[in-house]
Amino acid sequence: MRFACLALVLSLWSADAAAFEIEESRQYPAEGAATLRILSTADADVFDPIIRAFQTRHPQVSITYDVASSAQVMTALFEEGAVYDLAISSAMDLQTKLANDGLARTYTSDATARLPAWAKWRNQVFAFTQEPAVLVLNASAFDTLDVPKNREGLIALLRDHPEVFDGRIGTYDVRVSGLGYLFATQDSRNTESFWRLIEVMGRLAPRLYCCSGEMITDVAAGRLVLAYNVLGSYARSRLADTPGLLVVEMDDFVSVMLRTALIPKTAEAAAEAGLMIDFLAGMDTRPDLAARTGLPPVISGAPEDEGVIRPIRLGPGLLVFLDTMRRQTFLRSWTSSIEQD
Amino acid sequence: MRAAGSPGSIRRRLLVQLALVAALLSLAFFLSLRVVAERATEATQDNILAASATAIADAVYSDAGDVRVEIPYSALSMLGTVSEDRVFYRVILDGQTLTGYDDLPVPQGRGARRAPLFETYGYRDDTFRAVVVTRALTAANQARTIQVVVAQTRLGLAAISSRITTTATAIGVAFFLAATALSALAAQNALSPLSRLAEAVARRGPKDLRPVTAETPTELAPLVGGLNSFIARLGAALTRSEDLIVEAAHRVRTPLATVRTQAEVVHLQMEKPENRAALRQMIRAVDESSRSAGQLLDHAMVTLRSDQLETEEIDPADLLRDAISRLSPTADLKDIAITLQVPGDSLRIQGDPILLQNAVRNILDNAIKYSPADTEITVRLIGGRPCRLQFCDQGRGFEAQDIERLPDRFSRGSNVDDVVGSGLGLTIVQDVARAHGGTLEIAANPQGGGACVSLVLPSY
Repeated sequence: MRFACLALVLSLWSADAAAFEIEESRQYPAEGAATLRILSTADADVFDPIIRAFQTRHPQVSITYDVASSAQVMTALFEEGAVYDLAISSAMDLQTKLANDGLARTYTSDATARLPAWAKWRNQVFAFTQEPAVLVLNASAFDTLDVPKNREGLIALLRDHPEVFDGRIGTYDVRVSGLGYLFATQDSRNTESFWRLIEVMGRLAPRLYCCSGEMITDVAAGRLVLAYNVLGSYARSRLADTPGLLVVEMDDFVSVMLRTALIPKTAEAAAEAGLMIDFLAGMDTRPDLAARTGLPPVISGAPEDEGVIRPIRLGPGLLVFLDTMRRQTFLRSWTSSIEQD
Repeated sequence: MRAAGSPGSIRRRLLVQLALVAALLSLAFFLSLRVVAERATEATQDNILAASATAIADAVYSDAGDVRVEIPYSALSMLGTVSEDRVFYRVILDGQTLTGYDDLPVPQGRGARRAPLFETYGYRDDTFRAVVVTRALTAANQARTIQVVVAQTRLGLAAISSRITTTATAIGVAFFLAATALSALAAQNALSPLSRLAEAVARRGPKDLRPVTAETPTELAPLVGGLNSFIARLGAALTRSEDLIVEAAHRVRTPLATVRTQAEVVHLQMEKPENRAALRQMIRAVDESSRSAGQLLDHAMVTLRSDQLETEEIDPADLLRDAISRLSPTADLKDIAITLQVPGDSLRIQGDPILLQNAVRNILDNAIKYSPADTEITVRLIGGRPCRLQFCDQGRGFEAQDIERLPDRFSRGSNVDDVVGSGLGLTIVQDVARAHGGTLEIAANPQGGGACVSLVLPSY
């Protein structure tokens, strides 16, 4: 499967976690002595074109690319002090916590100066993609049904047609997926409808997923009619080779996840890591890379808030849902709503 | 710059001192602006911290005897709206950390029991501003105490502080420059009466001994008073010396007259020609001395009257006729003919008759004295504005190099050592001419060898 699990969280930086787990590791050797060690949540296949393009520009830099879940990235850097030169993650909250707690290095360059203010924090966390959360539908199931435009419409649709949706809707299991948790908490912050939606979904025996890729596959295969809060970048890249998929951006609001990079305190090749950050910050000038990776770049000069498009704001607000007690409370409410059987 | 003790320039001292004061004031302004502005920004950060901690404290609830807290999103996000500062928090229930960062220190300090307490401390290699808000709570019939600590780094504060410093510096420098420029103006203005006084005193004529009456500021009154009293003393001293000269001349003249009379008597009785010649010489010398004494008197009188002219309307032709008739006997002795040429129209001048008489007599006297026997003196009155009283003789004339200095006091021509004279005659004429706003002109006589002396006077 091309899109492996990106964020697998069993329990956030729990004390009994053993050494962090690397799912995949790739080597990109070069002539130079410097080796850039990257720990990333992005699938190695997805990131491969970026690394090759980077090495074309900087042929002297060898690269080691390790893939881990966002929770494992956190464990490696926050608890085990693993030596990495660059941490790339879709878990904005965990990246923010690393920077806030003093585990990231400050980096400035012309390229980072060109990034919009909302796409960086403390000159330590730098966003290079903006990926919306979308609704993915099976087109054949919606021959007779109206495509919902917003969350209220979705709630009404689920209520009115339980026979269509029972056991055939999917969403993130926010207890295991860091990205799912991020989207769900932002939803709960943005709309009053969120908890009603979860209630309604809970009555329809939803299937819970770790990852966007599997949800998209199941929708395409007809096992699901609808998947909520799927990573839009992945869904769009599947549209071309997967007939029968519908991708819907809600018109009440769209949470936009920013994929971020930071240089950990433990970095040994910080200069090379800076080169990579500059390269990632300039992704908006490489439409070929955006097309091949399916990662929409941060557009310099794009407004922070285009009405319904809401990039999740980097900053201390993201620490709130990482609070142990707040997380417990949220997960308890979510679990009791989603598991009604 | 001169040492502070030396007199130097008042303006410079004023400027330097005012500039120093301005610099001190600018510095004080700069410092106080910074202090006030930084207090204000610190207070702003404190207020946001307190709001954040209070919001968290308000979100504490009791769930079946269990005390829980649901940190509001805004409580921490509000701290990130202004700056990109690091944020830490800790919620403590009866001394036990409920949630948050276990090692975050609780701000210490004294204050009202329920009021937020603030402290700035070092934590995790950074400087933090921290607040603690304390709440009492009852859960399961037990009194509990909740403490909420929120701490934030001071990055935003440092940025604001640096902006304030830049602004305060700019304002301070501008204030200093403006104050210095105004000081320069003020110094100029304050010193202007002094320069006006100096100008008024400098502009005075050489004989102007009137007291200074220009309006002066109070501070200059003693100086002006002193100056005026000095002028008065100088005037008195001058008057005394003139008096002395007059007195001396008087005293000399009378015995001289006696000596002359006696000498004439003796001359008549003498038979030896060499004795008679000696006596004639003596008589001539006495005559000269008497004449000099007379001229000294004239000069003193001219000086005195020049200061206060008693003018009246005069016909200059009468003036000339009068003088000629007075001196005709002297001229006759040397067989000198005096001719007077006056225009048909009568002229009028405004002047002091006694002074003008004096001047005309001195010119004519000089002409007779330096004319050889059996010559002619032509006196002309030439009308016009100004009018000209011209006396031309056929005497020895003046040396060209002497003409400029002849009117000076006691100055005599270089070709007259054989004739006794005081050197005062032309001085008197010059003084009178000046007192009347006229001039004395000396030139060679175009007809014959002598000289032409002209008294040029304004007429109407």
